[in-house]
Amino acid sequence: MINFQAIRVIYKYEMLRAWNTMLQTIASPVISTSLYFVVFGAAIGSRIQQVEGVPYAVFIVPGLVMLSLSTQSIANASFGIFFPKFTGTIYEVMSAPVSFFEIVVGYVGAAASKSLILGTIILLTANLFVDLNIAHPFIMVLFLVLTCISFALFGFIIGLWATNFEKLQLIPMLVITPLVFLGGSFYSVSMLPPAWQTVTLFNPVLYLISGFRWSFFEVADVSVAISLAMITLFLLICLVLVWWMFKSGYRLKQ
Amino acid sequence: MQPIVSIQSLSKVYDSGHQALSGVDLDIEEGEILALLGPNGAGKTTLISIICGIVSPSSGAVSVAGHDIVRDYRVTRDLIGLVPQELTLGAFDTVWNTINFSRGLFGRKPDTAYLEQLLRDLSLWDKRSSELRALSGGMKRRVLIAKALSHEPRILFLDEPTAGVDVELRQDMWRLVRRLNDSGVTIILTTHYIEEAEAIADRVGIINDGKLLLVDDKQCLMQKLGKKTLQIELKQSIDQLPPELAEYNLEFSRDGSRLIYTYDTDLERTGITALLQTLHDVGLSLKDLNTSQSSLEEIFVRLVNSR
Repeated sequence: MINFQAIRVIYKYEMLRAWNTMLQTIASPVISTSLYFVVFGAAIGSRIQQVEGVPYAVFIVPGLVMLSLSTQSIANASFGIFFPKFTGTIYEVMSAPVSFFEIVVGYVGAAASKSLILGTIILLTANLFVDLNIAHPFIMVLFLVLTCISFALFGFIIGLWATNFEKLQLIPMLVITPLVFLGGSFYSVSMLPPAWQTVTLFNPVLYLISGFRWSFFEVADVSVAISLAMITLFLLICLVLVWWMFKSGYRLKQ
Repeated sequence: MQPIVSIQSLSKVYDSGHQALSGVDLDIEEGEILALLGPNGAGKTTLISIICGIVSPSSGAVSVAGHDIVRDYRVTRDLIGLVPQELTLGAFDTVWNTINFSRGLFGRKPDTAYLEQLLRDLSLWDKRSSELRALSGGMKRRVLIAKALSHEPRILFLDEPTAGVDVELRQDMWRLVRRLNDSGVTIILTTHYIEEAEAIADRVGIINDGKLLLVDDKQCLMQKLGKKTLQIELKQSIDQLPPELAEYNLEFSRDGSRLIYTYDTDLERTGITALLQTLHDVGLSLKDLNTSQSSLEEIFVRLVNSR
């Protein structure tokens, strides 16, 4: 038996929270995406011309989407679970007949949904600046969905782990943002010196961006199959971590 | 009848090493009002938190309506409503949204009519569209009660419900507690106000230092532990007790006009008749008699200090 009502109210509550902060949720990614296009696309892109046969302004679109998606999924999901912990209202979820599965589906589902909406908005905004052709729309959507879910799960883990606001920001700021920037968001790995190309292969985000980019242009740094395998692996690791956290009552139960 | 909540040798040691509960056994009968009395830090909240699933027990077991709270948590939590001690509420939700959230969380389908009645009963209906942060402390307390009752629980836990609550709300709350109790809801409340326990509870449990010192019917408790005193006012003051009265362990007031006899109501022979007879025999005449019984508070202080 699954407590569908609980999933429904948690999901609705989280979505409502985004609705109430609409300006922050929607306007800010649209503005920042536009800024990236102006700076990287128009100003710098005019000097780079083409990367692997794709105009630079178009080339950076998948990276831009991934940049926003990964950071926003983490931010949404981590805050969603951290805040009730912080204010103490989590007592209600803990005392309700709700399983960890339902809690995760509610919170992570809502965070992932918000990211999906966000990704769509960014793609639409990008389409205003450049002509986007998506070679493999289904794989593109698959990457989008997998990324939203796995990063939202990861954010959820951070939210459970964090005991204060500083810790909440720590991993996104010190780990995720650098990894995304260095994972080839704005460049092709082949543009790097050989030594750095090897180093970059240890960056998991590279696989994500590469695969996502392939779904647009059929241009990739690594094989798309490896990309899919990597994102799935990341998803599984996050699932196991979350499962363990609830099982042990980590940072929730004393 | 099977107890609705059955607690067996429940212990809790927090990670900090603090022993919050040690070996608590307690059966709570369906339909009763049980008051858990104890000073701050006695373990009352820990006990409630374990039953509700917020804190994991270190050892021991709890069953609710015959179901284990860990294995059958869905069944047991569904039966329970909890009003926490702290005013923990989101800031930006409205009253109406938050009670609908609570109801759904407990797996119940939306029921507008029931929730409307609930808010009306708690004088919250006019505030249904208010944001929680805009409410006064008393109103927040009412919202917490409404949330706890939103899924129609059969057992209601009230953790220090009257801490920082004004007289009006306190009376409203007791009216509500009695009405819920009349409709069959079992009520467990914690308090450190003895008058409260005395006024509302059927049974009283006394907790100190993580141990349940005793649980008993309020009347029995007062009878069992309540010493009665008989004050005897004499027509003429005396300088010293006549030797015939020595066996009664009397105290007498400094001016010698009053004798105080302490006796146990539990005993078959209280010794009053004999004492009065002796007084008569030694020629002391009485002006007035007065008996008084110790309150729950005195019992409580005595218990907590003696262990």
